[in-house]
Amino acid sequence: MKIVVCVKRVPTTDVQAKIAADGAALDTSGFQYMLSFYDELAVEQAILTKEQLGGEVVVVTVGPGDATKELRECLAKGADSAVLIKDDAWMDRDARSTAKVLADKVRELGADLVFTGRVATDRDNAAVGAMLGTLLDWATVTDVSELELTESGGTAKRESESGVETLTFSLPAVVTCDKGLNEPRYAGLKGIMAAKKKPVEEVDAPAAENHVQVQSLALPAERQEGRIVGEGAAAVPALIEALQNEAQVL
Amino acid sequence: MFGEARPRGVPPVGPGGDSRPSRLPGRAAGNTMKPFQQLDFLGLDAELSEDERMVRDTVRSWSSERYLPIVMDHFEAGTFPTEVLPELGEMGLFGANLPEEYGCAGLNNVAYGLICQELERADSGLRSAASVQGSLVMWPIFEYGSEEQRREFLPRLATGELIGCFGLTEPDFGSNPGGMRTTARRDGDDWILDGRKMWITNGTIAQIAIMWARSEEGFLGFVVPCDAPGFSAPEQKHKFSLRASVTSELVLEDVRVPDSARLPKAKGLRAPLSCLTQARYGIAWGGVGAALACFDEALQYTKERVVFDKPLAGFQLPQKKLADMATDITLGQLMALRLGRLKDAGTLTPAQVSMGKRNNVHLGLEVARTVRDMLGANGISLEYQVGRHLCNLESVITYEGTHDIHTLALGHELTGIPAYR
Repeated sequence: MKIVVCVKRVPTTDVQAKIAADGAALDTSGFQYMLSFYDELAVEQAILTKEQLGGEVVVVTVGPGDATKELRECLAKGADSAVLIKDDAWMDRDARSTAKVLADKVRELGADLVFTGRVATDRDNAAVGAMLGTLLDWATVTDVSELELTESGGTAKRESESGVETLTFSLPAVVTCDKGLNEPRYAGLKGIMAAKKKPVEEVDAPAAENHVQVQSLALPAERQEGRIVGEGAAAVPALIEALQNEAQVL
Repeated sequence: MFGEARPRGVPPVGPGGDSRPSRLPGRAAGNTMKPFQQLDFLGLDAELSEDERMVRDTVRSWSSERYLPIVMDHFEAGTFPTEVLPELGEMGLFGANLPEEYGCAGLNNVAYGLICQELERADSGLRSAASVQGSLVMWPIFEYGSEEQRREFLPRLATGELIGCFGLTEPDFGSNPGGMRTTARRDGDDWILDGRKMWITNGTIAQIAIMWARSEEGFLGFVVPCDAPGFSAPEQKHKFSLRASVTSELVLEDVRVPDSARLPKAKGLRAPLSCLTQARYGIAWGGVGAALACFDEALQYTKERVVFDKPLAGFQLPQKKLADMATDITLGQLMALRLGRLKDAGTLTPAQVSMGKRNNVHLGLEVARTVRDMLGANGISLEYQVGRHLCNLESVITYEGTHDIHTLALGHELTGIPAYR
């Protein structure tokens, strides 16, 4: 089975978000990057699937030249090869344009199954996975938190606000991974050494045809300081009053 | 905005960790400080290769996610979480700088040093366990053992299936191991070992011991199974330092081993001392790790803690302490990295390692003492890391050659005149 994992590098969680001079993007100076958490789940699921059913795992990303760092991490964990679709303007690419590039690569690789994260933790769009499935015209199951696979298809559970759905699907398929699906492994040191010898193909991305553009970007309003209205049961009336009239949540 | 992701490379920790809900069990409540930020004032990251950084970041993540959440309770209880040893083995941390053909990771010595740094950033007891296994058990078997011994022991020691300990120090002989009383005498094709060793890390939990003894043929080393009749390893209790680490006495009463248990290439005291040089190299990195943990804690704490209406970090005395510590740590980082590059080039000398061990453990201890003070009353709480590091480093400055003995080793090297006795 040929499994493709689509991953994205995102800024590390400790960065202080600042708006760039144009007011429509982040100032990325000083940013460090890491694999998006949900994409780590996707990589782990691909490796688990390979361990169960055999096959090959190829990791694909759209990103700048130094995104090889995140790809090497995936290779160190057990992926067999990686493809970097180079695009220095990767942060400006809209979801559709990214999904299109990925779909072309997935077709070219002849994949049977694609895993990707439920959402990338930077833009929070949760769009690329579903768009990828649509562009490929494959079975698409999103937000999967439990999965059983065979050579021809699978059964997936996804948690929605209305409950837990259990779905069956046939291959080829795109599966987007949610929390609870697995516990990503640590790269072993032997894996890190082996990763140096695994192939990373680098290709230039076609120019983005963005249909969506960010007009402006604003940081969320700073949270106001909390207020202690009292202590113990005696404080309950004041708390209810504040929740009803100030916060207006009751 | 990026709140949900797991911060690889700047990971969550328990005590001294972030408050993000974890997908991992066993996380201590701890205080609510931010993820560890490593001081890298001179941009030394650029001097590391991609795989060296990846090794460091992997061990850092593991230490933060798996070890820091549990170490406070183990330190308080005086226990070592032995369940982490197979995890370290699975990651390939034991003897990581030994060749792949013996089941090891085959890393260079800088990567190995970075592992020690990251383990000691979590706890000196954890780094000690790994140092003993790698430098004092696996390395002597690799260096002084027969090919059969290498193949028999190294792969199982690498995975953590076997745990080893190193018996050199005795109750009355520490800095002067040449006076050791443990004996090995021939009895037909066998050897009979008698004696007592003390302050042996991992002793009680080990399956094999590298045991050093005097004999008519000079000082010899043996690989002794810990279940051999006459061998016992009672744990030493009531320590205020390295509490999350097993420290033991080894008692050998007429322990019989075959000649095949002897390390055939180990002749004289040079052999055990060369093992210590390996371990001390890792400790030179470990001292930096402990210092980095304490410095990060001080920086975060003083920026958050408001005194007289402004952060503690805004006063001159804390700033002087931070500036001094950052400078000293940077010098320690430079020294550790240079030692590693020399070791990889094959030109590292024992005296250079002495300088690294002496300077960087002293660095760690001085930083821990300063930070303990800067945290005020909180500095004595195990909810913060500094008190644990401070207590631990009181051992580290003594073991593997005391600070003073390394001073004399450097004096000897510089003047050519030994002043040990």
